[in-house]
Amino acid sequence: MVNTKVTLSGIELSNPIIPASGTFGYGYEFAELYDINCLGSFSFKGTTLEPRFGNPTPRIAECTSGLINSVGLQNPGVDKVISEELPKLKEVFNKKVVANICGFSTEEYVKVCEKLNDEEQIGWFEVNISCPNVHGGGMSFGTDPKCAAEVTKAVKAISKKPVYIKLSPNVTNIVEIAKACEDAGADGISLINTLLGMRIDLKTKKPVIFNKMGGFSGDAIKPVAIRMVYQVYEAVKIPIIGLGGISTAEDVIEMMLAGATAVQVGTANLVNPCACKEIIDNLPKVMEKYNIKNLSDIIGGAHNG
Amino acid sequence: MKQSIFTIESNQNIAKAVYKMVLKGDTCGIACGQFINIQIDGLYLRRPISVFDYDEKTVTIIYKAVGAGTEKMAEMKAGEKLDILTGLGNGYDVSKSGDMPLLIGGGVGVPPLYNLCKKLIEKGAKPSVILGFNTKDEVFCKEEFEALGVKTTVTTADGSEGIKGFVTNAIEDGYTYFYTCGPEPMLKAVYDATNTSGQFSFEERMGCGFGACMGCSCKTKYGNKRICKDGPVLEKEEIIW
Repeated sequence: MVNTKVTLSGIELSNPIIPASGTFGYGYEFAELYDINCLGSFSFKGTTLEPRFGNPTPRIAECTSGLINSVGLQNPGVDKVISEELPKLKEVFNKKVVANICGFSTEEYVKVCEKLNDEEQIGWFEVNISCPNVHGGGMSFGTDPKCAAEVTKAVKAISKKPVYIKLSPNVTNIVEIAKACEDAGADGISLINTLLGMRIDLKTKKPVIFNKMGGFSGDAIKPVAIRMVYQVYEAVKIPIIGLGGISTAEDVIEMMLAGATAVQVGTANLVNPCACKEIIDNLPKVMEKYNIKNLSDIIGGAHNG
Repeated sequence: MKQSIFTIESNQNIAKAVYKMVLKGDTCGIACGQFINIQIDGLYLRRPISVFDYDEKTVTIIYKAVGAGTEKMAEMKAGEKLDILTGLGNGYDVSKSGDMPLLIGGGVGVPPLYNLCKKLIEKGAKPSVILGFNTKDEVFCKEEFEALGVKTTVTTADGSEGIKGFVTNAIEDGYTYFYTCGPEPMLKAVYDATNTSGQFSFEERMGCGFGACMGCSCKTKYGNKRICKDGPVLEKEEIIW
């Protein structure tokens, strides 16, 4: 018997698999296909203070081994998340969830956090300072160490839960940003969000996506994610949730060897809605194949020697 | 929503770049007006295709080879297996049709109206059908609708078959309700040319096809809706153009 348990800021997960924010809705579409209580946790759709429709369509462009999205943080707003989505989610998921929060100012991040602070279902906050699809918020916080530290400090000051900061890969020096977040009191780091990308339609000779650019995700970005998790692991002491292009149990192990304590699965859910379940089912077999008894033992394993 | 493996029974060219594929598998989750989402080797995203008809053992789709995905589908042979999500979208509500519903389809918007037409006949309504195409070579499904015993009018933009012009040139008063599917400019024209309530089946670029990614959202008078999950069928009263 292998042990797939990991601990994230004091909360034990039965396995490290967490569907990534924005690729799993609020869970119930997937609960039609399988019992989602097999998941370690899940990160719900990025939530802002006010309801948001997001960007005009087309919002999706297919790529080789991935896709570009420019959804633009569509969500019903924090009040409706509390009054409607969380109660519905409770019916299909009985574990702690990751609350992914986003804002257009430090004050907004703080307000969203305050409103969600007393929700028992929430185990962690994941502060999204890396959305490439909104202007004047999101990623602009995540590409400047000072802004990243300011948001971290402000949310940390009022949060009753561990605070993870979700970082953008669209920076020259990921380590500098991660360290700024750690120094500002972050309990952990999630990385990576999507890479800014673009596609052009040969027939219309125009960008496929209405907003021209969007966030590129899927299998193709995994090497970038592995590299960044590896670099950040060397520089910080706080736990890392690794994500970017994860679609198999082997990918999970690779990401953990790079330094991740838990792993999020994002875009894979959109093309294979059973992706997380399949990864969780396969994980023990793959662990045995590589002689891994305790999954938590391999965290950062690639850094030894 | 259901995920299962289907086997291709047949895949034939029925009009210019238009193919009819019969798939054998578990169809128990499929309802009238819904779509299926097909995984294709070598392509990242699934391809959402409307359902032409279905029974206990097979689902039939009609698609146009217009891009990388559908062109690969056109090459597929009987016996090949496909991973498919079924039971997607809200589908048509046949309860609102009245006695004389009008079905208006344009191009690859025609297929989902076929099963709808059968369902309407089953419940005792007398539907009539208008099918719009660009030109004679692209006309398909006319015989299938005629075989159901419904009045079937074809329009072509160039006048090479049926009435010259658009589907809106063939709309005659006397219908109790309408159902339509086709390219968005046609849907808008139908919206303006009709004088009853009705249902519109929309198309949008989708990520997942089952409501998770918010890639295909639209604004309606009843709030934000996902074309893949809360649609593809919207009622006339809620549409914002």
